[in-house]
This record gives sequence, structure tokens and C-alpha cells, in this order.
Amino acid sequence: MAINKEIDAVTGVETTGHVWDGDLKELNKPLPKWWLYVLYASIVWSIGYWVLYPAWPGISGYTRGTLGYSQRVEVAKDLALAKESQAKFIEAIGAKPIEEIEKNPDLMEFVLRGGATQFGNNCAPCHGKGAQGFKGYPNLNDDDWLWGGGNEAIQNTIRYGIRSGHEKAHEGAMPRFGIDQILTNAQISDTADYVLSLSGVKGDTAAVERGKTVFGEQCAACHGAEAKGTLEMGAPNLTDGIWLFGGRKVDVEETIRNGRSGVMPAWEGKLDPVTIKMLAIYVHSLGGGK
Amino acid sequence: MTQMEPIARTNGTKPTEAAPGIERIDVAAVSSKSLRSLYGERKPIYPKRAHGTFRSIKWIVMAVTLGIYYLLPWVRWERGPGLPNQAFLLDFANQRLYFGPIEIWAQELYFITGILVLSALGLFLVTAIAGRMWCGYACPQTVWTDLMIAVERFWQGDRNARMRLDQSAWTLEKIWKKTATHISWLVISIATGGVLVFYFRDAPTLAAELVRGDAPLIAYVFLGIFTGTTYLLGGIAREQVCIYMCPWPRIQAAMFDAESLLVSYHEHRGEPRGAHKKGQTWLDRGDCIDCKACVAVCPMGIDIRDGAQMECIQCALCIDACDDIMDKVGRPKGLISYDTFLNVEAPAGAEPVPVRIVRPRTVLYSALIALVVGLMAWAWLARLTTQISVIADRNPMFVALSDGGVRNGYTLKILNKTHSAQAFQVAIDGVPGATMSIVGFEGTSAPLNIEANNVRAFKIYVTAPAPIWRKMSGTAVPLRFKVTNIDSGETAINNATFRGPGS
Repeated sequence: MAINKEIDAVTGVETTGHVWDGDLKELNKPLPKWWLYVLYASIVWSIGYWVLYPAWPGISGYTRGTLGYSQRVEVAKDLALAKESQAKFIEAIGAKPIEEIEKNPDLMEFVLRGGATQFGNNCAPCHGKGAQGFKGYPNLNDDDWLWGGGNEAIQNTIRYGIRSGHEKAHEGAMPRFGIDQILTNAQISDTADYVLSLSGVKGDTAAVERGKTVFGEQCAACHGAEAKGTLEMGAPNLTDGIWLFGGRKVDVEETIRNGRSGVMPAWEGKLDPVTIKMLAIYVHSLGGGK
Repeated sequence: MTQMEPIARTNGTKPTEAAPGIERIDVAAVSSKSLRSLYGERKPIYPKRAHGTFRSIKWIVMAVTLGIYYLLPWVRWERGPGLPNQAFLLDFANQRLYFGPIEIWAQELYFITGILVLSALGLFLVTAIAGRMWCGYACPQTVWTDLMIAVERFWQGDRNARMRLDQSAWTLEKIWKKTATHISWLVISIATGGVLVFYFRDAPTLAAELVRGDAPLIAYVFLGIFTGTTYLLGGIAREQVCIYMCPWPRIQAAMFDAESLLVSYHEHRGEPRGAHKKGQTWLDRGDCIDCKACVAVCPMGIDIRDGAQMECIQCALCIDACDDIMDKVGRPKGLISYDTFLNVEAPAGAEPVPVRIVRPRTVLYSALIALVVGLMAWAWLARLTTQISVIADRNPMFVALSDGGVRNGYTLKILNKTHSAQAFQVAIDGVPGATMSIVGFEGTSAPLNIEANNVRAFKIYVTAPAPIWRKMSGTAVPLRFKVTNIDSGETAINNATFRGPGS
């Protein structure tokens, strides 16, 4: 280029020396020097980076760099550190009975925060993030417990599940009175009227009377003569304001006709005992614990 | 007045004289209006040293502002055990700002907004009265640039010596002078960055940590950033920052008016300019002898005689330079002085209009400043040492209970802003018959203890029994939380909502 060095007469700036279409020339306006030097510095920097850090992909791996840096290793280190700092809490929670944990504010803080996280990871898909429940999945905030709402009872439910197949699981299901032709449709309707009348819903008096008879014969064995439910059977109290599968007449009829047997998995073996204990205390703390 | 060095001329000719004994300085106003272009290469400015009233004021302002900047973090203020004893501390780590007796929590950052509003209004007021006072005297860019130029002058000499040095070949002398200058700049920069971080962490502790090398990484990062920016902006970029980077020159045009005092050249008096020969009469000619002393001292590289210019930071050094010359040629001072557009642009011979400091613009700014100060003072005096916040559970918003009652969960946070542990009691009001329980506490009268200068969260359940909920209208009712300091009786109130299913 030095050979063709030419100064443009109008601007006084050097041209690039190239000529197009016979007379078209371009002024030589190089990049600012500082910009160019930053670029060169970046190139030098990148070479250092390739040597020190993981950089180039290969067929079955990648260049690992002389520093041996890896994000996985960093995460593993962080996790190990976190575990280490949690160890004394985990140990204490494992060793102490629940009543004692509840009286220790430091432990409780750890349990409630850890419990909330574990609940979000494991329980929220069915029970909801706020444990508010859905149709068929109980709300864990309220004071209605099918299998008991004490700390130990909740812990057992989490550990073994409900109709989960675990040998210690809660068993007992609502029979299929309609499908199995134990009751006729008319009887089912009457029974539903009676059940709803227990919580103040007005129905046809004759139907309620007929339903009461059916209830005495078919339902009282599990739900009790006064329909207050039985904890051992997981049979719900039918006189209160909480309906796991809906409290309209069609819902109640459907329950009687098709039966109900929702499943809660057994978490023993999937979660460690300390996590299960933390979850139990957390669920118990949601406001409805007995 | 011997500081005017004769310019060195290689060809041996005598320098031009503007008046007997006064050299016409060979200087061009590199930032002149007429030279503005969309892209221009930077031309170096070699500000000559000025002497006089305004230079002295600038030295004093520099000493005061730098003194405050460097020493403030070391001032101590006893607050009690467990609390920082640094008078001025921006404790981001613990979300507190300490200014002597004033202590601001993260929740009260509106006080900082108030300070920023006040700063802006103060800037408006000063600009309305006397133009870019801030730029000329107090702006960190000006103060540090001034310091860097002083250091440069110390090692390399005044204007002429510096120009000679830059034009000369790289001799040993040039190398050591330049090196000494840059090392001094870097030392100042490191000191600047080093002090900045002291505002954010206990200064003596951090100083020891910095020396030992075990200070938090972020301290080194900010030290590095501020060392770099001080060196680059104050040492290297200088006037380029004011001309190209700072938005204030563009905004200022709306801030001053025809009655603002601005550094001005009195054209009526100065023109026609020209060299003054010995014994020549001053009649029929201007007082300006075109010695260009005003251009030579200008750190921005402008010629004040071109009139008001965007680049002018109103540092008034040209006033000092010109007064000096006027003194020597025996003319009255003030050819360049602080004056208003009204006077500068008045017809020749017109009576000078007295300067009016009190005028609608300044009154309005002052009133706004008074208003903001008043609001802040009121907010500060009405500030409680107890503050509460109540967050209602959102998921679930309410829990229907088996007996038909409704339960709502709340997280109550109590802030104890005092410097001692305090005990509180909480009460609710708004849902008659509703009962409250505090998780982890027996009953509702147990004192809620909170450590000094701390926050504690409590989980609270409020339950409305079925008969009461059925009587309530709608699905949301106001519920009021009242937290009382058991000892002082100070009460904080927060309005929340109690929700339930529709009937």
C-alpha cells in the first residue's frame, strides 16, 4: 500500500490506493488505535483463556484447561459446603423428638424453611404450593384430617402413604355402591340428601328419612352412626364444612356410586428420615395441626 | 509578576508583545466554536497557571472538598454496642445508611430521594444565580482535574515547559518527568478509589483488610474501578469529559437566564482589541490588548472573548488572568468578570443594570427547596422507632375450617429501630369475635422480643368462627393490626384484609 500512497486533494487524507470504475477512490480511515489495541489485547487474552480454562470442544470431550476449572466441580464444592453447615441441624433434628424440636427456635427456623423447600419439591405437585389442595387432594392448612393431624400421624402418613402399596400404608377405601350394584340410583340419591342434611343443607324430608335408613345399614360401619367419621378407617366426618371431593349433591352421589380411593405415595426410601420429619413438622405448622 | 515565562523560540526571534513588557502568548482556543466538527481529533491543552482571587477560591474549595472526601470515613460516632461507630457509613451489607445521628433503613430510602431532589434543586438555584458554579468549582471532575494539572505542573513545569517537553524527543529527562507525573496520578487515583470503599465498610477494619489482602473481593473491584476512572477521567480525558460525556452543559442552558451572573468578556469595553504601544492613548480603542492570557489559562481550551460557550465551565480563571494584565497596563480590572447577559448585551454606554438575585426563578427554586426540606424534616420527626408490615398469605388466601369458620394467615414483621432490645404486643381489630394466634407463642399476650436495630417476622393466624363469618358482608373485610411497644407505649398500625369464601 505504501507504494500507492496518495493524498486526497480535497480532504488532505491519505487514500487506500485502490481505484474502482476508473476514478473511484476511498479515503483511508483506519480504526481508532485504542480500539485496535483493545482487539489485539483481547486476542492475547483469549489465548491465555484457552490454556487455562475449558475451551475447545472435541469429539468425545473438550480441552479441560490447566486450571482444572469446571462449573460442576464448583457446584459440588458449594453443595458440600452447604451440607457441612447444615450438618449440626440435620443431626439434631434426627436425634430429637418432635416436641423438643418445636421448642427450639433455631431448629424450628431451619425445619420450617427446609420443610417449605422440600414441600415445594415433593408435595406441591398434588397438594399445591401453598398446601391448599385440589379436588381429591386434601388441603393441609385446615383442621380436617382423615388420618390424624398430630405430628406423629402426619409423619406416618408421609412415610408410608395412603393405599400406596407399602405394607404399613393407610388402607380402606370408599366402596363403589353404585357400580357394584349394592345400592340403586334412588337409594344413592336419598343417601346423598341425608348426608348433606347433616351439614345443614335442606332436602326433601321423605328422601332424607329414606336416606337415613340406608346410611344406617351401609355407611355407619365406617363413617359412624353420627357420621362423624373414623380416623382408623380414614373415613371422613360428613357433618363438617369440608368436602374433599366436592359438597354438591352430584359430587356426593358420584362419590357413593363410584367410590373413592385416592393414593398418596409412600415417601420412605425416597426421602431420608430427617427430611420426612421436617416435612411433618412443616405441614403440622401450617395452621391446622392437632 | 514574574511568572510569565518568555516563550522559547528556536529561531531566536523576540516574542511578540501585546503591550510593553507583556507577551502575546502564542495560543489557540482549541475548543473554539468555530472549530467544532462532527469528529475532531483531540488537540492538547496546556493550561497556564493563574494567580488571583478565583484561583485562591478554587484552591480552598479543592482543599475543603478533597479534605471532606478523604477524611469523612474516619470520623467516628458512638452508637452503642453491636452498631457501627463510623459517622458516615453506607452499610449496604446490613441495609442501613448512617449519617451521624441519622440512621436510614432500607425501607426509608425515600429520604435519599429527598436528598437527591434537594441536590438537584440546589444545583438549579446556584445555576440560576451564577451559572455553572458547580462545574467551575465543586464538581469532582473539575477538582480532580485541577489536582492532576497541579501535579503535572509540579513535575513538568508550567505551560511553555510542558509544551517544549511534549515536542522534544524522548530524552531521559522527558522519560523521568512523564513517569513521575503518571505515577503521581496513579497514586492519587489509588487513594481516591481506596477511600471510596471506606464509605461502605468500617474504615479502619477495611484499611487493615486491604493491606493484609483479605478484604472482600467487591472492595478490590470498586477500588480498581475508581482508580481507573480517576486516572482516566481526571488525568487523561480532562476537558473531554465536560465537553463530550457530561449532560449538564446541555441542561444548563435552561437553568440560567439573562440575569444570571456568568463569566463574561465585556466586548464594549474590550473592542477593538489590539497590541498597545508604549505611550499610545487608550481613547478610540478597546482595553483588550489581545495578549491571550485568558486563553492560555483556560483548562477547557476556549476563548472567553467569543462569548458564552457550551464548553465554558465558568471556573473564572480567565478573570484572574485578565485582571492581572489590566493591572499591569494600568486599566481598570473587570474586562472579564461575572456579569449578566442584560449588561453584557446592553448597548454601549448604557447604565449597568443592578444584579437581581431575588427574582421569580430563584424564589421558586428556593421555595421548592424549603418545601422539600420541610417535608423531609417532618417525615424525620414523625418517624417511629417501630415500624410494622403485614403480608397476608396469598396461597391459600383463606382456609375454610371444618366447623364452617374461616382462617387467614399473615406474616407480621416488626422493625425495632431503637438501639436496645424491645418487647412488643400485637392486637387485631376489625373482625369482631375473631381470635388470633401467634405461631411459637402461647396465647396472644406473650411479649414479642426483638433485638436492638433488628427485624423479626411472626406468623399469625386469625380465625373467624362460622357464626361471625356468616354475618360479615362480602368476601373481604378490613382487618387492622396494632403493635405496641410495651415499655414506651409507641404504637404502629397496619391495615390488612381478612378474606373468606363467598356466601
